[in-house]
Amino acid sequence: MRDIAVVASMQRQEPSIDNESEVEYMVPLMHGVKESIGITQADVGFTCSGSSDFIAGQAFSFVMTVDGANPVPPISESHVEMDGAWALYEAWVKMQMGEVDIALIYGYSKSSGGSLRDVLATQMDPYYVAPLWPDAFAIEALAARQMIESGKVSLERLAEVASRSREHAANNPHAVRTAQKSVADIMAESPIMDPLRPSDIPASADGGCALILAAGDRAKELCERPAWIKGIDHRTDAHTLGVRDLTTSMSARIAGEKAGVGNDKVDFAELYAPFTTSEVLLTDALGLGDDTVINPSGGTLGAHTMMASGLIRIAEAAQRITNGDGDRAVATAGSGPNLQQNLVCVLEGE
Amino acid sequence: MGYQQDPKVKPAGLSGEVSLPAALADVELVQAVRTPAAIDYIATPGASLSAYLRGMKQKKILGDVCPVTGQVFCPPRGVSPVSGQRTTEMVEVADQGYVESFNVTRLPIKSRPDLKPPYVSAWVVPDGSSTGSIALVAGIEPEEVRMGMRVKAVWKPDDELEESAANILHWEPTGEPDVVLEDLRVIGNPDGTAGGAQ
Amino acid sequence: MSKQRAAVIGVGQTKYASTRGDVSMAGLVREAAYRALEMAEKTWAEIDAVVIGKAPDFFEGVMMPEVYLAEALGCVGKPILRVHTAGSVGGSTACVATSLVQAGIHGTVLTLGFEKQSESNAMWALSLPSPFTTSINAGAGGYFSPIIRRYMAFSGAPELIGCMVALKDRQHALNNPYAHVRDKELTFDKVVESQMLWDPIRYSETCPSSDGACAMVLASEDVAEAHDGAVAWVHGTAMRSEANNYGGRNVVSPKASEDCAADVFAQAGITNPRKDIDAVEMYVPFSWYEPMWLESLGFAEVGEGWKMVESGATKFEGGDLPVNCSGGVLSSNPIGASGMIRFAEAALQVMGEAGDHQVDGAKKAFGHAYGGGAQYYAMWVVGSEKN
Repeated sequence: MRDIAVVASMQRQEPSIDNESEVEYMVPLMHGVKESIGITQADVGFTCSGSSDFIAGQAFSFVMTVDGANPVPPISESHVEMDGAWALYEAWVKMQMGEVDIALIYGYSKSSGGSLRDVLATQMDPYYVAPLWPDAFAIEALAARQMIESGKVSLERLAEVASRSREHAANNPHAVRTAQKSVADIMAESPIMDPLRPSDIPASADGGCALILAAGDRAKELCERPAWIKGIDHRTDAHTLGVRDLTTSMSARIAGEKAGVGNDKVDFAELYAPFTTSEVLLTDALGLGDDTVINPSGGTLGAHTMMASGLIRIAEAAQRITNGDGDRAVATAGSGPNLQQNLVCVLEGE
Repeated sequence: MGYQQDPKVKPAGLSGEVSLPAALADVELVQAVRTPAAIDYIATPGASLSAYLRGMKQKKILGDVCPVTGQVFCPPRGVSPVSGQRTTEMVEVADQGYVESFNVTRLPIKSRPDLKPPYVSAWVVPDGSSTGSIALVAGIEPEEVRMGMRVKAVWKPDDELEESAANILHWEPTGEPDVVLEDLRVIGNPDGTAGGAQ
Repeated sequence: MSKQRAAVIGVGQTKYASTRGDVSMAGLVREAAYRALEMAEKTWAEIDAVVIGKAPDFFEGVMMPEVYLAEALGCVGKPILRVHTAGSVGGSTACVATSLVQAGIHGTVLTLGFEKQSESNAMWALSLPSPFTTSINAGAGGYFSPIIRRYMAFSGAPELIGCMVALKDRQHALNNPYAHVRDKELTFDKVVESQMLWDPIRYSETCPSSDGACAMVLASEDVAEAHDGAVAWVHGTAMRSEANNYGGRNVVSPKASEDCAADVFAQAGITNPRKDIDAVEMYVPFSWYEPMWLESLGFAEVGEGWKMVESGATKFEGGDLPVNCSGGVLSSNPIGASGMIRFAEAALQVMGEAGDHQVDGAKKAFGHAYGGGAQYYAMWVVGSEKN
């Protein structure tokens, strides 16, 4: 495989961005990330983005945002109706063919405009499940209940995950949930969707992320310590509730194996884990041990921007490698109810 | 013959018949289920469109200026596609302009029961803007509308003005000589002058 | 790592119809997928990855329907990628699927585009009320008709060229049992007399709204060579996008269209498209777009595309550059699949598997899709021989 690295990224996450449209707040990131390494759109061989019409409440919503990619003159470009991490995957594939050296990737959403819990209900089986409007928290609570009752996890363990995420988020200027809470405090919270407590659920945010991939020598020119993608893979589980074992993640396990997570020590992992339960599911499926720091950014429990959170995990992991905070990292992205789909990316510094 | 010429021949794997309990054998196939869905969204216009809508209340049409090329985008979106940069300056464009092209719509649309077909849906570029948008042209028989025709905005009465694009009821002919369109394949003006309007 | 060869070894389509009430969404995609697998002589187990495309989720009212379709698409435990690039999506999806093979990542990829517009209201989905703008446009015809008017004035084309295209594509559809609109009684006079919707566009010059799915199996060189049946080798793929509104934009022949065509023809080593290409499947949702694209893509001189239509050059019978032998978008339009149908029909031509609409001896064919405000493009060239 061709050597491809993350060489720059920019993100913005806030509880709600009220005074700017999606394209208005994304342009400073899309333009800024290029400017930060001294390139222009003319240097970019491929542009790819991820967003959702259902979250935007508008059909073809991504058409409004492509203007921010400076598509005059025309650009080679694509869009996935998925998290930006899959846009990064599409770009990485394109770069493997050897014809593109630099790619711009972005993902974004402004979910504060609609009730995300209702919006996500439309993702369920349209004939059997969606007409019941199962809320997104309720669907995850099913998994949480199963994990607890099977002895896979305890409420204390989930509270530890939540508490540690808050602690890490306090050091992340982009995090939106930074108030510190002890395990005891979280154990005392009343559940909002039993057994899930307020600290177990994602910290919803508006925002987005723009990121630059570069290949080989170009990466080295643009970044002192590029974060090389050593493996990347994504898989899906079944959708039908009741078909899947909600206490394990086959998709994350296979993607982790294909990406080579277990080939060496993992210094830290940025996991797309909207719920505390998701983190337990992922650390288990990826075989991450105590020697791996989990979600140094605070993860999606610190700030969760739909359609960008996965890309932000890759950006966060890459930035730490570029900063020299570690040599080998794992980042994941997820999609669908109960993390039905998972993408796993292994990043290394030289 | 091609490989698959008969769409009625089921592909391998789909040919199995579903067997039903005898009691259900005569039940008619369900062809559709109706599951009404509604989600409320709070739409935020963003900075540029907000300013544009505030301008509309004062009968002013605002456009965004590209910080690099000077192109003026109206209606504004807060971004210049020709430079890929956020726009930071807004200017007022005229409430007069010209018709780039048009259609005569002869079917009614649900969202505008007030519009009685036939009506003219035209691409109107205001003077001082590099771009235009689809707008209603009235006050003239549809068959007399021309590409290049000069038009001016007809506003709602002052006491009915809101922060809304609907403040312009329609555009009507000014009676000035038509604009000469130089390249019929190209629309809008590459700079922010009242191009094409000489 | 350099670009590897890729080929189409299977194509599957559903019957296109305004309502496919006999199948669910899952049943619809499975019908197309099974036919593609059957032609490719592959089982679900042999598929490495799935790439799916469709137009806005509001068309069916299901957010990211590929999530729910995981089982139906046989991709549990496998990768599935969902592409959405407006009307061009079926083409873009095929390009992305091809790139997975060309990059050497997978050997056998299933790609599929679908739309089940009957499950929602497309006109509603396209005009969700925005509190900030005034809507006076009924559907895409309202947007494209002023552009068509510009082309007519620019080229000086006779007024009824669009009607000729409409009749031609509907006659072509009679040779395609999968087509949605198959009207044996249609005549030129009937097309001309049909109602003006967005003058200059008549009802008969517009595309229908269809349910349907189209699938292809893409394979690496090894897999394709081991395949006993027909093969279409991919000679080039390209995608381009541009802004839909800036001063000085050529709306009749957008730069993104010209650039995309130049790119894909260069990859395929084509210097004279009209001579080198044997069959064209072009995205023509409104009849006038045929002469417009003929010019934009380099099949005709600028301003002369309509002359090819008038002379019958684009007809299946007797034309030297048959365009839309399948009946095109004017005869079947499941939006998210429409682009992929163009790509798949191009492949069928060079595979010699196009049945009653087979162009004799077709060696190279061109598939084309566009979307948004004529701003998103996807194209490919396929050939019966390796490039």
